[in-house]
Amino acid sequence: MLRWISASVLSLLCLTGATAEPLPAARQAQLHDLLVQDCGSCHGLTMRGGLGPALLPETLRDQPRELLIDTVMNGRPDTAMPPWAPLLSRAEAAWMIDELRRGISP
Amino acid sequence: MKPARSCPALLLTLCLVCLPNAWADNLRGSGDLALVVERASGTVQIVETSGNTSLCRVDGLGDLSHASAVFSRDQRYAFVFGRDGGLSKVDMLTCRLVARKLQAGNSIGGAISQDGRLVAVSNYVPGGVKVFDADTLEQVADIPATWGKDQTSKVIGLVDAPGQRFVFSLWDAGETWVADLRDPAHPVITKFAGIGRNPYDALITPDGRYYIAGLFGEDGMALLDLWNLDAGVKRILPDYGKGEKKLPVYKMPHLEGWAIAGRRAFVPAVGRHEVLVIDTDTWELAGKIPVHGQPVFVMARPDGRQVWVNFAVPDNDTVQVIDTRSLRLVKTLKPGKGVLHMEFEPRGEEVWVSVRDLDQLQVYDTATLEKRTTLPAQKPSGIFTSARAQRIGL
Repeated sequence: MLRWISASVLSLLCLTGATAEPLPAARQAQLHDLLVQDCGSCHGLTMRGGLGPALLPETLRDQPRELLIDTVMNGRPDTAMPPWAPLLSRAEAAWMIDELRRGISP
Repeated sequence: MKPARSCPALLLTLCLVCLPNAWADNLRGSGDLALVVERASGTVQIVETSGNTSLCRVDGLGDLSHASAVFSRDQRYAFVFGRDGGLSKVDMLTCRLVARKLQAGNSIGGAISQDGRLVAVSNYVPGGVKVFDADTLEQVADIPATWGKDQTSKVIGLVDAPGQRFVFSLWDAGETWVADLRDPAHPVITKFAGIGRNPYDALITPDGRYYIAGLFGEDGMALLDLWNLDAGVKRILPDYGKGEKKLPVYKMPHLEGWAIAGRRAFVPAVGRHEVLVIDTDTWELAGKIPVHGQPVFVMARPDGRQVWVNFAVPDNDTVQVIDTRSLRLVKTLKPGKGVLHMEFEPRGEEVWVSVRDLDQLQVYDTATLEKRTTLPAQKPSGIFTSARAQRIGL
């Protein structure tokens, strides 16, 4: 029982760890560029959609956050959305999703 | 006639003789101009490729991610197609935005007709092609890309073809359409269904004969012979890559009509670190050239002797040069992060490279492969020389 509790505490810590430790400002700037320039090449520089769907706050707000992070990390099979796991950590993907939900400008 | 009265007449005569000379001193041609898209700021920069200098900047063109341009046949005007559905007409000589129209919600590219009178735009939303009068930008035709049960498809790979035709493909539907606009009010459409899953871009050969669509959803490419529409669409390179695992694709490759050198076509492989070589007599795979990353643009120098390649994220700081005789890499250049596009000058002695993250345009000598000039630009992407005005499919 004790082991189970400590394991869940540990996993809870790991889960929240993603947001608890803020990304360095320099990395945030890089990720913002990645969002605008590279995500933007399919989703539109202003995130209003292109080959890929729109990524505006109102289109993302009702989707579960973890599902959106999964989509970034693993991509969507049979679509043009690639898995970003080779280039991004989960914490970085989470930061990008949060940025998109707040709304970004180029 | 009194002398007093003849004086103004004399002056007038003098002026009529001397004015054209004064004007001529201020005139310039437009055959050596190029337009550079500055995607984040919604501006374009006009440069000249004789002395490699910047002439001016035009603003107010909207969302220019993935923007491209075609030119009026007199090489004075550029038509710029923006992602936000904006169609902008720029006077490159006076440096003014002369007309702008938000013609759709989301667009991807365009083409100008054989006779220069029609400009067509391909749209994602609403999916289809709209055609405009090149003088006024008034809409003359609307071709919705309908398929299946009342669905519309995103349209990609729009090019002009001889016979006042436009050719384009439907991403969602997997179709290629040929639109004959000899009577602009009544386009005649010939549709080819089942060309393959998710055509992502297309090229037309420089002679305007073959239209080739690349397929994202499966291996191979779809070839249409515009001299023989009855033969239908033929699949080429069908077995290429069968059973091999593709890498994630972080940037859709582009196909452009001039990546053809002699009897070989050079195209980017999708999801692989390779440039494919196709024999244009048999349309069979003639070779694969391993390269630094996933190719985005594969561009042949106008004489066909070299092919220059840039790459998708995370390898977009690199450009590689391939010798088309030996099919070997001859040089790996590192212009800087965010190399988005390359454009050769019309006879190929120099090539312009846009380097987004350095806010630079770099001009390379294609004989020495050395950098000659660097010009500042705001997050530059596409570079388009006015010489495209005289080429089929561009």
